Amino acid sequence: MCRKTLWRTNFIDRTLAGLTEAIKQAVFAERYARLPGLLQGLDPRGKIVTFLALLIATALSRQLGVIAVIYLLTVILAMASRIPLMFFLKRVWLFIPLFTGAIALPAIFNFITPGQPLVTIMTFAVPVNWGPVHLPAAITITAQGLRGAEIFILRVGTSVSLSVLLILTTEWAKLLRALAALHFPRTAILIFGMTYRYIFLFIKVAEEMFLARRSRAVGRTNVREQQNWLSYRLGFLLNRSTKLSNEVYLAMLSRGWNGQAYFLDDFRFRWPDAAWIAFTIAFCGGIIILEKMK
Amino acid sequence: MSGTIFKVNDLSYTYPGGLAGLHDINFSVSRGENIAFLGVNGSGKSTLLKLIDGLYFPNKGTIAAFGEPLTEQQLRDEEFAFAFRRRVGFLFQDPDSQLFLPTVWQEVAFSPLQMGLAKEEAAEKTNAALKALGIEKLKDRIPYQLSEGEKKKVALASLLALDPEVWLLDEPTANLDPRTQDWVIEFILSLAEKGKTLVVAIHELEVAKVIAHRAYILGEDHSLAAQGDPREILQDEELLLRVNLMHRRRHCHPGLTHRHPYQHSHQHPRK
Repeated sequence: MCRKTLWRTNFIDRTLAGLTEAIKQAVFAERYARLPGLLQGLDPRGKIVTFLALLIATALSRQLGVIAVIYLLTVILAMASRIPLMFFLKRVWLFIPLFTGAIALPAIFNFITPGQPLVTIMTFAVPVNWGPVHLPAAITITAQGLRGAEIFILRVGTSVSLSVLLILTTEWAKLLRALAALHFPRTAILIFGMTYRYIFLFIKVAEEMFLARRSRAVGRTNVREQQNWLSYRLGFLLNRSTKLSNEVYLAMLSRGWNGQAYFLDDFRFRWPDAAWIAFTIAFCGGIIILEKMK
Repeated sequence: MSGTIFKVNDLSYTYPGGLAGLHDINFSVSRGENIAFLGVNGSGKSTLLKLIDGLYFPNKGTIAAFGEPLTEQQLRDEEFAFAFRRRVGFLFQDPDSQLFLPTVWQEVAFSPLQMGLAKEEAAEKTNAALKALGIEKLKDRIPYQLSEGEKKKVALASLLALDPEVWLLDEPTANLDPRTQDWVIEFILSLAEKGKTLVVAIHELEVAKVIAHRAYILGEDHSLAAQGDPREILQDEELLLRVNLMHRRRHCHPGLTHRHPYQHSHQHPRK
């Protein structure tokens, strides 16, 4: 099989797999949010406020041990909420090294964070001065730099874990209604809701376009033809989304839209919510004490 | 039947870009009347419904609703717009246009909340509408997880929650399986029994005969080609052939394949 044919197959199959995966992920996420777990049973309003408190505690904490305690709590909460542990860990830690690692990496060296050298990476005869760049004669990884990077990565990992846990244990619609109840801008919430609703429609349309192409893909096509096809279909999708958005606006007008968004919620604040909030307050108090014990 | 709901005089509409939409349309709709607009795709049925719902505005001619002119300026008056939207509901042809919120529950509650009902009352009306259509179990579902039939029921429930006196229905039976089509027809007939005014855009002749007191036929030139009792004008084969609502086509019977207008109003000749 020639390279062109292979590329074609991979291009269509990879895109199709990506589109299917996007829907699958969303369906799974909604399924976890409906499980009878610890966090799923709590009032989303209380959950948002307490998770925000935990996020602030994570952001303000300067000790690795303290952030590790918050992370441990996050993992315990995920397990108590019946989120599969490996799924939860992979969802966070597959991407953290990629993004935060790239940011934190330079900070471990002595030319960014001076301090006690641990490992020498490279030496020069004399310090290097390239325009604005000044490098010492020996480039080393420092203890202070390494510690700073560890704290940074764990802080980002814990923050992302908390956010992912909140989303996995709360249905998107309830999350939006809870934000409305907490006086977030209602029009913005309406737009988020509509975006979430229509993104799946367009994923489905895109999936069907790729399936239609695959069903007719006989013989070889070159990269240029594929690029043309892709740009044509992107244009088609944009055109379709514009037409649909016009129709949606007309439907909104017809149903009485007057520029104000209103939300109906049936949230009930019960004793487990009070217990969860009391626990979070106590936990954050404990975090402050641990920070001061430095 | 008393009182005029809509009065349309010499209406013409051209789409942005110059494409003809409707030409010299005249008709009126009385309270409690069930009207069907028939025509092929692109004849202007949906556009006409949007015009009488105050979503589009004519380039020429006038529309009056409930005795008041229906104009862009008039609909800027909040009081008029509120009263008009409260009395007129519109079922869009594509439920994906109409169902724009993340869950069925929010969708059905949208209009009662927009109309300023108290939360308790809005919740009550939402539950009642879901129950009336037998879709309570769908209330937490996301629209993309619904079948076409379920979407149509949710769209109807979203109108029922407001219980308007006029229902504008754009192709209510399109893209549905036969069972759901029958269900929708039954639902429309139940609205008619309650005295609701119905204006239905449709191209299924048999459905029009069942649900309408009066039918208007739009030709491919975007003007009215005929009007009258649907059971009478829909027997006019020459008219239906002219407006492309009927075709001479080949079809099969056991032991016989022949070609004639699709309505079987005559005995088949023996081969």
